[in-house]
Order: sequence, then structure tokens, then C-alpha cells
Amino acid sequence: MDFEPTTEQRLLIEQVRRFVREEILPLEETLDPDASELPATDLARLVGKTKAMGLYGIDIPREFGGPDIDIVTRTYLAIEMAQHRAGLYVPCYGAFGGAGLAQLFEANDDQKERYLFPTLRGEKKAFFGLTEPSGGSDPARAIRTRAERRDNGWVINGSKIYISGADRAQYGIVFARTDAAKGRGGITCFIVDAGTPGFHVRRVVHTLRSSSYATELEFTECWVSDHQVLGEVNKGFAIANDRLSRQRIPYAAGCIGVAIKAQEMALEWSKIRETFGEKLANRQAIQWMLVDNELEIRTATYFTLVAAEKARRGEPFRTEAAMAKLLASENGGKVVDRAMQIFGGMGMTKDLPLERWYREMRIRRVGEGPSEVQRMVIARDLLGSKLR
Amino acid sequence: MAMRLRLDGPWRPLDAAEVARLPGQLGVYQIADGEGRIAKIGEAGARAPFGLRTALERELAARGPGWRFRVEVNMQYRTRWFELLMVHRADHGALPPDNAADSPALGRLSPA
Repeated sequence: MDFEPTTEQRLLIEQVRRFVREEILPLEETLDPDASELPATDLARLVGKTKAMGLYGIDIPREFGGPDIDIVTRTYLAIEMAQHRAGLYVPCYGAFGGAGLAQLFEANDDQKERYLFPTLRGEKKAFFGLTEPSGGSDPARAIRTRAERRDNGWVINGSKIYISGADRAQYGIVFARTDAAKGRGGITCFIVDAGTPGFHVRRVVHTLRSSSYATELEFTECWVSDHQVLGEVNKGFAIANDRLSRQRIPYAAGCIGVAIKAQEMALEWSKIRETFGEKLANRQAIQWMLVDNELEIRTATYFTLVAAEKARRGEPFRTEAAMAKLLASENGGKVVDRAMQIFGGMGMTKDLPLERWYREMRIRRVGEGPSEVQRMVIARDLLGSKLR
Repeated sequence: MAMRLRLDGPWRPLDAAEVARLPGQLGVYQIADGEGRIAKIGEAGARAPFGLRTALERELAARGPGWRFRVEVNMQYRTRWFELLMVHRADHGALPPDNAADSPALGRLSPA
């Protein structure tokens, strides 16, 4: 596979790089170091620019009005979009738009009208309700929230945790057990409106990611109609699983973007900073750190582009996406850590973005499937799918 | 185990001597009038040179005497601030008066 960007890709990369440099970085100089949102007027102005660039909603499929950019190019651009202080979790503060929940691309026409299209227009926000206090990596077994058939609909009872954005969403996708005896074949996906009686956002869950929070949800006798079933009854696991694989590619790209920026900062600093009469760049200990950073960035980038290319070709890419996510999140953490070491005391401060990246990058080894689960996915592929 | 949801420390008078005793750390604070009605929930973020002390010095300069305050040192000052605002709105049906004009975008919380 050849990953030398094409001329068109280079132009797009340069366009996004300039956008980050000229539009995002100056704004961050006055924002709180932990901010994850721009003032509404700034965001509207930037959205206007990305629309003019033809890059708004780049993750939206063409048939739903997206600009039809392939996943390899989107991966290159995601790497660029992450290269600022808030970039790991809020690339360009959302100025390039979102894709909504990919599961809704499979929704029926009525659901698309009520949920997908308003979301793509930016009129509605959604949350993804999968993880529960009993676990998140093994949804087939961990889901204890249950939905029972009652009154020509479904009654949901249970709880979800570490759910982002549920308090501000108009609706969410909620996975619940509809057949206790069937394991992964007994999970159904529901669309739940935020105003539905019995749906509660109970508390904020504070994490290392101090710029934004997760929430804990509770469902108490929460009744939804049959129209709120997404896909088929007892086939919700496939919907959850599809997202988990697909999401790993942009997730990896974000880690790589931040690692590239941290390395760039470390390289510049090592050429300026003198200790004991010598530039840091002339010290072998520092050189080795920089070399290790570069190797790990390039390795992660290659594996992520391989996953993207296989996805672009329509080939199975679950194993490659797991490799990409594993390498990018682990290597990204190591790169940021070394960059902090090179900066010394300054690297620990909120004056630089490194400390925020360090905290947020740590979450990446757990979010979207922890490193151990990625290794399980890869091992399963190596040893045969019957391995359990 | 969930963290404590509401600030419940004792109120302190908002005066120069009390403010001078504050740490320079990051965190959140509440301002109340003489009857203990909360007028504002604020954050002391990393742009404040001396964190909570700077934030409360500014409050004192803007308000004058007769107010009270309490603080919580918290590195997660930003999400804690959002949380306190949402809890206040859930408890009282509205934000504190001095937050109403320029509140950040908030979600709905229905604390148990």
C-alpha cells in the first residue's frame, strides 16, 4: 500500500493545517486551557469558513449530503484537525461538523426524518448509551439494562455510565437486554428522546478529561413505542459492534495528530534550550527520545492508514482498526510523556498543552475499547475466530 | 463512589482579610448575599494568576462589602463549575442571578 498523499490530498491537508494555524490556535490563546467549546459567535464564523471550504460534515456519507471524501483522506485530515490544545477530543471545536451517530444511517425512513436529518443539520444532538456500571468492553454480557414488552411498546429499566453529552442531547441510542437467555443475540437498540418520562441524567462523572464530563443515566419504567426500535429486536449487538470497529480509525488519527504536535514542540524546544552550556538537541539522551517519538508516530500512522485503506476498499478491517487504535493510543501517550520530559518543569504546566494531552491521552487507552480488548481482537484473528 | 454534589462548607465574609488567606489554586466558588442566597457560582481557572485568590479579589472589588463566599479547590474546576450550575438550576429552577446573563451552555441534570 502506498500512502504518499496525492496532490489533491496534499491540498486538503494544507488547507486544514492552515485553518488550525490561523483560526484555532489564536483563539486558544485566550480560552481557558481546559475549554472545550468556543463562544457561539466564533463557532458560527468558523463553521461558515469550513462550509466555504467544502469540508463541513466531512464524515457524512455522500447520500446524506456529505462532501464525499474517502476515509483515507479523512484520516489524513483528522490527524491535522487534532493538532491543537483541545484537538484530541474536540478537533477544531466542531467547526468541521459531525456525522451524527453512524447507526442512524441504518434507521428506517421515519427515524431518519425525526433523528438523522435534524442531527446532520446541527439541530439535534445525540448520545450513545452502551456502557453500564457492570462494564463496557463486553456489551454482550455486561448489559443489564432491560427492556420488557408492555403496553404495545417497551419499558426500559436500568442505568448507563460514562455517557458523553447525554445532558445536552435531544435523544440517544440506548442498548438494552430484551432476551435474557440469548447473550449477544438478546440485545436491542432503542432511540430514546431526552424528554421521555423515566429517563434521567442523574449525575456528572468527573474524569481526567477535565474539559468535559461524562454522565450517569437512569431509566425507571421508561416506556418507548415500537417506532423507537432501531434495526431489529434482538439484533442491537451488531449495531454496537459496527460502531466500535469503525470509530477506531478516527480515534487513532486524533492520537497521532496530538503526538505529531507534541513531537514538533519537543523538536523546536530541544534546539533552543541550553543546559550546562549545551543545546538539548546535542544530547544523546534527548536525541533518542526524539527518535523513539518519531518511530512510534510513524508506526501508528502507517497502521492507521492501512486500516483506513482496507475500509475504503470495502474489505474487512476490524483487526487493522484494532491495531491502529492500540498503537496510536499507546504510542501517543509515550510521545507526549517524552515531550513533557524534554520540556522539564514547563511541560508540567498549563502554559503548554502537553499536560492536557497527557491526561486526555491516558483515557484513549481505555476509551473505544481498552488496549487489552484490542489485543484480544487481534489474537482472535490470528488464532481463529472460534477462540473465546 | 460519587463525589459530593453540592458545596456545603461554611460561608466566609467576602473581605480583604479572608480573600488574602485563600490558596492560589484552581477551583470553584459561590457568592451569597447576607441571607445566604446564592448570587453567583464561579470558576477560578488557569488564566487567573493566583487562582481562587485572584477570582475572589475580583469579586470583592466588583461587589464591595456585605457578601459571603465559599470555595472548593478542584483541578477539574471547569466540569465542576458546570455541575454546580446544573445542580443549582435543578434545585431552584433557575441559575443564580449573576450567572443568568453569561452562563455557559448547560445540560439537564436531575440529581437523585
